[in-house]
Amino acid sequence: MQQVFKRPVSLKDVQTHFCPGCNHGTIHRLVAEAMDEFGVRERTIGVASVGCSVFLYGYFDVDVVEAPHGRAAAVATGVKRARPDSFVFTYQGDGDLAAIGTAEIIHAANRGEDITVIFVNNTTYGMTGGQMAPTTLVGQKTSTSPYGREHAKDGSPIRMAELLAQLGGVAFSARVAVNTSRNLMDAKKQIKKAFRYQVEGKGFSFIEALSTCPTAWGVTPIQANERVGRELIEYFPLGIFKDTADWNPQSSPTAPVEQPGALPFPEFMHEI
Amino acid sequence: MRYDLFMAGFGGQGVLLAGNLLSYGALIEEKNVSFLPAYGVEKRGGAAMCTVVIANGEVGSPVIGRPSFCVYLNQTSFERYGAKVKDGGIAIINSSLVDDSGWQRSDLEVIRIPMNRIAMDLGDARMVNMVAAGAYAARSGAVALESLEQALKSVLPERNHRFIPANMLAIRAGAAAITP
Amino acid sequence: MSQRLFVKGNEAVAMAAIEAGCRYYFGYPITPQSDIPEYLSRELPKLNGEFIQAESEVAAINMLLGASATGVRAMTSSSSPGISLKQEGISYMAGSELPGVIVNISRSGPGLGGIDASQADYWQSVKGGGHGGYHIVVLAPASIQEMYDLTMLAFDLADIYRTPVMVLADSVVGQMKEALLPNPRPVTTLPEKGWAVRGRKEGTPQMIVKSLFLGDGELEAHNWKLHGKYDVMREKECRQELFLTDDAELIITAFGSVARIAKTAILMAREAGMKVGLLRPITLFPFPAQAFKEVTGRCKKILDIELNNGQMVEDVRLSVARDAEVFFYGRPPGAGSLPVPEELFEQIIKHY
Repeated sequence: MQQVFKRPVSLKDVQTHFCPGCNHGTIHRLVAEAMDEFGVRERTIGVASVGCSVFLYGYFDVDVVEAPHGRAAAVATGVKRARPDSFVFTYQGDGDLAAIGTAEIIHAANRGEDITVIFVNNTTYGMTGGQMAPTTLVGQKTSTSPYGREHAKDGSPIRMAELLAQLGGVAFSARVAVNTSRNLMDAKKQIKKAFRYQVEGKGFSFIEALSTCPTAWGVTPIQANERVGRELIEYFPLGIFKDTADWNPQSSPTAPVEQPGALPFPEFMHEI
Repeated sequence: MRYDLFMAGFGGQGVLLAGNLLSYGALIEEKNVSFLPAYGVEKRGGAAMCTVVIANGEVGSPVIGRPSFCVYLNQTSFERYGAKVKDGGIAIINSSLVDDSGWQRSDLEVIRIPMNRIAMDLGDARMVNMVAAGAYAARSGAVALESLEQALKSVLPERNHRFIPANMLAIRAGAAAITP
Repeated sequence: MSQRLFVKGNEAVAMAAIEAGCRYYFGYPITPQSDIPEYLSRELPKLNGEFIQAESEVAAINMLLGASATGVRAMTSSSSPGISLKQEGISYMAGSELPGVIVNISRSGPGLGGIDASQADYWQSVKGGGHGGYHIVVLAPASIQEMYDLTMLAFDLADIYRTPVMVLADSVVGQMKEALLPNPRPVTTLPEKGWAVRGRKEGTPQMIVKSLFLGDGELEAHNWKLHGKYDVMREKECRQELFLTDDAELIITAFGSVARIAKTAILMAREAGMKVGLLRPITLFPFPAQAFKEVTGRCKKILDIELNNGQMVEDVRLSVARDAEVFFYGRPPGAGSLPVPEELFEQIIKHY
């Protein structure tokens, strides 16, 4: 009998502490599958951030450094420069990466650090109890935006995948979601691609994964998934914002010209 | 023995280079040295000064409140730091640029040397600092002129080694201005 | 014997780092320490090392954290305002028990202050400048030779105790040039860095570098462990210079650049027939408390001189014999406030 579904070896056989309906577990699994596929587990060094994702070392069976809040990209820079043969990834939430760690992520991306960043965007600060994040949608109520986020007062949510795609050091930038099986299959594909770029030494690769926080959003897991499809994807379009796969540095001394907006995923279109 | 020197001028006069040169010379003679530089706000044209301490034993303080030997290369530094010289000390003044008439320091040995004129007579006004270094070395006895010649190789970048003979002429001219 | 070089204190730090085997530097430009990154940006690439000019002081200290977590020798350098920004990372490194060398060529403050020599970062350096109640080793060189020797020592102490180590100096020692004997790296037995993250090979345990301890009692135990290390440092790593203290009737204490100025004042006093000596702490943490206790067992008068309004003097008061008198003379740092030997000599006369 052939086993068709098993736990990735890069993932530990433990229960997660994540809330029911949270997408962290799913995204963890996709990352672990990519790690298995490229056989990089034994040379992987993960960089944990501050937030719900801090317990990275509890779930991934790899060496892990815990970074101060927002500093994962700087810590990963130090790790990768000191051990260029290692496979280095950070796993950061939206408060960590897009607020307190904005400088670190932009400059690590701009330097083209050969690392992979998994950015989990659930439009809120989950661990601290659902406060407004830089990614919180306009109108969204949180514990620190009780009347809903106002554009005039709080600005608009930051689209990190698009923002980073503009930087010369970025080899790959995509936004994915895991709210449907179709999106999940795509997410898996893009995460693998991001991994492959580091394995091939192509530069900085970035995955923004839209995620849920049923606890902070105050909804059921199913409603949370529906919100991703209904509200999040509308503002945060899925797709690839930069892909240097066809870029030949020999023939082109400068970065490829970016196309405005998201490129659709090559094989799947998303109309949810 | 312990020698100290405070040298001041404006940026571009080569004060720091002269201080470095004297320090290297002393180092070649197996002495201990401290060289403490200070800049004005602008590197060029602002004030430039340095304190050099040369000792056979431990240098001790690199900061000297009342140096026993001061060299003033321009009017501003003379006016600002003229009072620094220790009672009974020695001041060398670049009389090409400094007018010290009316200076009430009868306790000092004041040596006036027209450094700019000497340097220009040798073909390059930029060698004022070398004239000053030669004068200090000759009057203080802190460093031998031969050591300065050797030190020039360390102080000047390789591409400027061709200027060593000219610089040595300036150093010797400065020294000659001391001994009548 | 190797040849004596004539170099700036900042250059001596950079040279020592390379001799100590440091190949990774992360920093951000700030006066008066930029000679250090300039030197290393030129030299490290030749040695297959890495130099990164970081986007911020915060990023630089965290790059140091990351590199150090993999077991390599790495450093950063800055000056006071930059060191304030690095405190977050230093606290995390202390909590994660990561070695690493931080050089502070301090300048005057508070705030932007000025670029003049200052000793006003004593408290920040020795009392745990970030959150959480930790210490780092703090070394205070007073000469160019010590800038070199103590930087090499900093790397060894960092590895031995798994702690950040700070070299604390100022622009006098940083910008001054003196003769330097570039001694080879001393032979030291260093512990294996089995804790480093290098990728978990099959059959080896997972390595985690972290400062988060949430289990009941875990963090308390971790803190006791850290403070146990500080006690060992207090016992084994105190370093100080004693100069003419045997017959002294007044002992001057000062660290770093000011100790150099004080030394000349002491010699002036000796010439005038006054028995004055110097106790110069070289390690500011661990503070050489025992040395203070010993000298004040006999000499009952101590004059503490600092380029600040009185910081180390608190540790001096806690360390001297009960019946000793402690006097203080300080100049808050800023342009023109560096005391001269004659000024300190007057203080000696006043308290002798």
